[in-house]
Formats: sequence, structure tokens, C-alpha cells
Amino acid sequence: MEMTVNGVAVTVAADPATPLLDVLRNALDLKGSRYGCGLEQCGTCMVLIDGEPAYSCARDVGSVAGRAVTTIEGLGTAAAPGALQAAFLAEQAGQCGYCLSGIIVSASALLARNPHPSRAEIVAALDKHLCRCGTHTRIIAAVERAAGARP
Amino acid sequence: MSETLPLSILNNRRLDKWLGFRPDRTVRLAVGKVEIGQGVLTALLQIAAEELDVDLGRIDILAGDTADAPDEGSTSSSQSIEVSGRSVRLVSAELRGRVLARLAQRLNCAPGDLTVDDGLFLQGGEPTGFDYWSFAGPEDFAADIEGTAVPKAPSAYKVVGQPVPRRDLIAKVTGAAFIHDMVRPDMLHARVLRQPGYGAKLVSLDEAAVRRAAKGAFDVVRVGAFVAFVGADETVVQRAAVAAPAHAVWSDAKVLAPAMAEASWFLGQPADDRFFGDAVAATEAGTVVSQTYSRPFVAHAALAPSCGLAEFRDGHLSVWSHTQGVYPLRNSLADILGLRRDQVTVRHAHGAGCYGHNGADDAALDAAVIAVQVPGKCIRVQWRREEEFGFEPVSTAHTTRVRAELDAAGRPVDWTVEVWAGSHVQRPVFGGNMLAHEALPNAPAPSKANDPGEANGGGGTRNGFPLYDFPAKRVIHHLALATPVRTSSLRGLGALPNVYALECFMDELAERAGIDPVEYRLSLLSDPRARVLLTNVAERCGWAERGPGGNGRGMGIAWSRYKNKAAYACVAVELEVDRDVTLRRVWCAADAGLVINPDGARNQLEGGIVHAASMTLKEQVTFGAEGISSLDWASYPIMTFSEVPQIDTVIIDNPDMPTLGMGECTFGPTAAAIGNAVYHALGVRVRDMPLTRDRIAAAMAG
Repeated sequence: MEMTVNGVAVTVAADPATPLLDVLRNALDLKGSRYGCGLEQCGTCMVLIDGEPAYSCARDVGSVAGRAVTTIEGLGTAAAPGALQAAFLAEQAGQCGYCLSGIIVSASALLARNPHPSRAEIVAALDKHLCRCGTHTRIIAAVERAAGARP
Repeated sequence: MSETLPLSILNNRRLDKWLGFRPDRTVRLAVGKVEIGQGVLTALLQIAAEELDVDLGRIDILAGDTADAPDEGSTSSSQSIEVSGRSVRLVSAELRGRVLARLAQRLNCAPGDLTVDDGLFLQGGEPTGFDYWSFAGPEDFAADIEGTAVPKAPSAYKVVGQPVPRRDLIAKVTGAAFIHDMVRPDMLHARVLRQPGYGAKLVSLDEAAVRRAAKGAFDVVRVGAFVAFVGADETVVQRAAVAAPAHAVWSDAKVLAPAMAEASWFLGQPADDRFFGDAVAATEAGTVVSQTYSRPFVAHAALAPSCGLAEFRDGHLSVWSHTQGVYPLRNSLADILGLRRDQVTVRHAHGAGCYGHNGADDAALDAAVIAVQVPGKCIRVQWRREEEFGFEPVSTAHTTRVRAELDAAGRPVDWTVEVWAGSHVQRPVFGGNMLAHEALPNAPAPSKANDPGEANGGGGTRNGFPLYDFPAKRVIHHLALATPVRTSSLRGLGALPNVYALECFMDELAERAGIDPVEYRLSLLSDPRARVLLTNVAERCGWAERGPGGNGRGMGIAWSRYKNKAAYACVAVELEVDRDVTLRRVWCAADAGLVINPDGARNQLEGGIVHAASMTLKEQVTFGAEGISSLDWASYPIMTFSEVPQIDTVIIDNPDMPTLGMGECTFGPTAAAIGNAVYHALGVRVRDMPLTRDRIAAAMAG
């Protein structure tokens, strides 16, 4: 089946019942979307499907045929980080970092539809994501920074 | 140096085990401590850059590698900066001193005439034409470390003490960064069918049914009661593992009861009774008061289920793991698999934050057991979420009873802490305490209950001794001989439940004496560093205006010095209780002596506050008949973005005092401050964690 991943048209030869996360990580070698629970409970696998945040761990790849998927790799690279990624680095908003790619993906969707969110709106957008290291306050600050609310 | 050398150097004497200078004008620093999200590698790099006077960007770090890095045991107990940091400082200072002494001889000048600028050696500010790399021949650095070099004075620091950004973070916000993301040649994916508890025997497995569910090709690897599904397609082996438990029949599986998940269960269990401190007085001096507090079993609940990679080629086993201790794991793997230690190499790869001994080592053993059966392939084992929750070692339930004899003014003259708990630390040592080992034909006998020694801060006794000026104090520890499920180290060990008990009890005694809790503490506390913190936090949080409470809004305070010898922390909490507890604000002050990286330190302090708050308010491992029944994030909820309070942290600047480990220091004070604030809000003391709606309601019902 065909789909667009990070702006590139790809053809995937997978059983349509394969989780999108497995296809991204193994067939397409995009390791930034992470396995955390497989139960749509933690948010480490979050991607954008047609611009909307969506769990990829329990999502059949067949359901995204013909649609546009964006992963953390589509938001910037180590050599050229995107604005949100740069803001997370500037705030040093991470401890172990396992939650961050999913959180940045969700935050990118928030900022796309609401460029200047309040703190409460940021919290609401991230509330489906778990962070076990307790880095929440820095993560919120990083999103605020990317939105221009912080210097 | 009159002090004894740190253990890390005593165990790794050769200079070139730590430092190497490569032809491309870079430096290689090798350490035995590993990155577990705490930012330790950045701090160690800062220390080396400072003492060598080489730019940070020129130094690479290799951490946790049994082939090429020193053996520093486990990355645990807030020891990395105290021990490894001190070692890196001494090693770097010694190397610099030796090279400069040799150069001074060659140039016929005094070593004091020479300075170093990004690795270049200058004499009177002019280039000498020499640098570290001129001396990089193996004859120079293959020597033993003497440990006599004098490091720089803290007043001269330019790199240490700076908020240097974490080097590993860029990969973690852009893509592949973890062991889970490694791809090796000839890699196969594997999943394990878990044995339901120690001693369970596999009667039958309907492989045909598992294959129908998996919808793809895979092999079954069986060694004793250990069963793994191995194949090229990860989705297929995952399906096999999800389906398999319903098609497996076991005998002799241990049966658990829900009541065994309560801390009170340990009070009736056989135990190793241990006594520390002052002898019990023959007669009681005055009024005796006593209260009992508890915390249930709690999980590490790492965000990533564990992962391990192993390959067995030409008789050598190479393993990648997010273990906290590559050398202990190597020794265990060799012993379990019947290999010589020099046939096994373990290399650290980053995992999610572990906060202690989780499933990391076990996943590595899973991969190694399979790899030996499938030589020439790289075996990648990825645990499932329910596997991590169901089979990782958890932190033991823990009960602390405090008993005080009070003088006429309500001040303790005799203080007894009594602890009932299982082991707080059962790390893999020489093959013991590893999950898959229990399923193999050479399964070990159940391990004997043990806990860290008091010199290392104890386990169940950790922070059991109060640092207040009481004339007589003792700790009685009932270390249970057996636990319903495997238990091992989790951030702080017994510190959180013990500090919860001690600092809540101090509030109860203050109220009894009719004295403000902060004033009461200060009247019994001569440690000046602790007094500074208490005063600092009380001023910042507006303690004097906190009011009588009882209206659903409360403020509480608590402090401790982690392990009674590491960093000090004081925490105040403001919260509301309307059925559930909602944290509003947290104020923290910490004193960790010389801080290597203040931004990293702040991150650790605040992360510890959120982690401890989550544990105190929400977390409990539950048991069903077949084992742990809290197997997902719905049944084991943790603190979320909408529940995290505003946190205001101050680090007391104390650069002339030795660095104190601070990764766990906010843990106990946070828990106790919450307990005290809930009391202030409600006028009801909730002594059993977690402080959930049900437990609060039960306490209010009396």
C-alpha cells in the first residue's frame, strides 16, 4: 500500500493488520517513534496522521493507506533540529528522553493549530503522554519557548 | 592526598584504562558508571575537561563496557559523582601532573612555569610545541595511578559548576537513541513465554495454536522451562508471545493472594531480626507514643519495556544492555551459561530511566540464553509492557513503626524505629536473582534475603536513624526471609517510607507539644546545613502564614539527608484535598556540596520530587492469584502533566564542600511533606501510602 511518510511517498509491503509502529520502525527504519505499551496509554509512539496526533502502536497500517504520516524524524534532524526540538534542547527538557519524541510530535500539532497556547492548553495537549522521570515542568517550558512565550 | 583512594581507582589502577589520547587530537575518557537519564556522563566530562584543561568538545566518553572501560560496579545509590567523579578528577589531575613534570624536565624549567590551553602546553604563555598527544605513547600512560596529584582548587574552576548541556539529548529528540533502536547484522527478534513464578513447570504448550495466532514464520527455542519465539519479523513474534500464555499449561506455579500486596502482610512473616544503635533503656523515662506508617510494593515502571541484544559468534558472547552494572551482569551471564568471563562482553546502551534494578538485566539474560542456542545471529529481545510490569523486580512493601519516649516538654529522649520489609536490593551477582535462570535446568535455590550494609546506607534501614539530637536512638529491622514476588532496588530504597514515617511523626509530636513543626524541628536539630535548608524553605513558602488548616488546603514540610551522609534536601508542599489530593506548589532547597552541573542537578531534584509525589499519591502494585495484576498504565497509574505542581528549587551554593550524591535526596522529604500537608488540610493523618481517595476516606472514617 502507498502512503506519505515525512513528505516522501512510500510503498509498504506489509500485512494491513501490522501495527503502524512496527512498519515505521522496522520497514522504514524510523526509530524515533517508540514502543512503550502497545495499548495507547503512554504516548511514546505518537505520530501525526494528516496532521492530527495519533497513537501508532495499535493502529493497523492498512488504515493509513493513502494518508500522510509525520514522525519525529519529519520535524528536524540532529544536524538541523526543528523549532520545537531546538526549544527542548534550550530548556534541557529531558532526563532519559524516551517520552520526548512522542511529546514533541503532539506539541507540533498543538502549535500548528494554536501558535500561542496557554499553559493550560499545553498541559491538556500533553496529558495523554507519560513522563516517568518527572521532567514535566521543563517540557511545558520548552513548548512555551517554541511558541514564543519564553525568551 | 591523605584520604584513601576511591574504590573505582583501587579496582582499576591503570591510567590508560581511564584516559587515552587519540591521533585525531581527541581524548577518550572511559568510565564504569552509565547514563540512566541522570546526566552523569556530561558531569564526568566536565570534571575531566576541568582537570586536563582540554576543551569539552575534544573529549569523548565510553561508559559501561567490560572490554574497554573500568569496572565501577553498579550505577546506583547516588554514588556516580561522589565516587566516579572523584576518580575522574584524581586520574585527570595525575595524568596532567605527570606529563607536565616530564615536559618540565625536558625544557629544564619548573612544572609551575607550564600551563595548559585546550591540551597545548605553554611556557610563560608561549607555545612549547608540545601537547598531551606528544606524550600519548603507551609507555607514558600504562602506569598505575598513584593518587597523589592535587586537583585544582574549586575557586579556579571554569567548566565544573557550569550548566553544560547534555550531549546525549539531541539524539533523543530527533530519532534513534536507545538500545531498542539498535540494528545489528543478522538480527532476529525474540519474545519470551514467561514462567508464572519460581518453580513453575511447563506441562504443555500448544505450538500449533500459537503459530495460527502469529500468522507468520518463527522458531521456538526451548531450554528447560524457558520458551522463546524467534524470527525475522518482530510483529509475528510479538503476536506469538501475546497468544502463547493462553496455550501454555503450567504446574507448581506459586499462587498469590491480594492481601500479600499490603505492607502489613510482612508483619507476620519469618524474618532475620537485626538491631542497630543504642541498647534499649531498662526503664521508660516518660510518656510513650508510637505510630505505624507504610508504603506498599511499587514498580519502577520504566517508560520503555526492557530490551536486550546478544550474539554468540566463534565462542564469544557479546551482549548489549541498559543494565546499571555491566560487570556484574557479565559475571552473572558467564556463570549461568557456563562460559568463562573472558568469553563474555557486556556493553551498555541507553534505555529509558530505570530508577533502580528493573527488567534490564533479565532481558539481557533472555537474549543471551537464546543467542547461545542460535549462534551467528544477533538476538533482540524486547519485553512487552505487561511483561515489564509483571516480571521486573519491584520495590518491597515496607512498614515503619516509630516509638518515642517524651520528656515533660514533649521532646524525645528515646527513639526507636522498627522496620518490616523484604529485601530492598537483590541485584544480579554471580548469576543470582535473574528471571530466566529460574526456568533453566540449572535453576538456583531461592536467594537468601539480604540488604546493603549500614556502611553503604542500609536498605530497609536507610534513613531509619533520625539526625535530630535525641539522646538514644535505635533501629530494629525485620528483614523478611521471603517475598511474594522478586524485590530489588528502587530509587532511595527504604528512604522514602522511613523518612515518611520519621518526618510525619515529628509533625505529630510537634502538635502534641503545641509547637510549630518547623520550630519544633529546629529546637532538636544542631546540624547547621540542615538548619539552613529548613529556614530557607520555610521563608520561601510563607510557612509563618500557613494558618491552622483543616479547610481542605494544606501546607507541609519535611527534610532529610539522603543515607544520612549524602545530599540534604528540604521540601515544602502546598496542596488541596477534595476527595483526591491535588498538588499546587512545591518549594525545595538542597545542599549537595560542590555541584558539578547545576542544571543537571536541578533536573534530578525536581524529577525526584515528581517521582516521589507520584509514588506517595498513586502507586501500588497489586496481586492476583497468578502474580502481579497491575500490568498496564491503567492499573498502575502515575502522575500526569495535569497533576504536576509548580516547583521552585534552590540549590545552596557550597562549592568548598565535597560533592554529595543528590539523585535521590528529594524522595523522602517530598513524600513526608505531602503526608504532613494532607494532615494540615484535613486534620486527619493518613499513615499508609498511597494517599488515594479510598485511603483518605478510610482514615477519615477512623
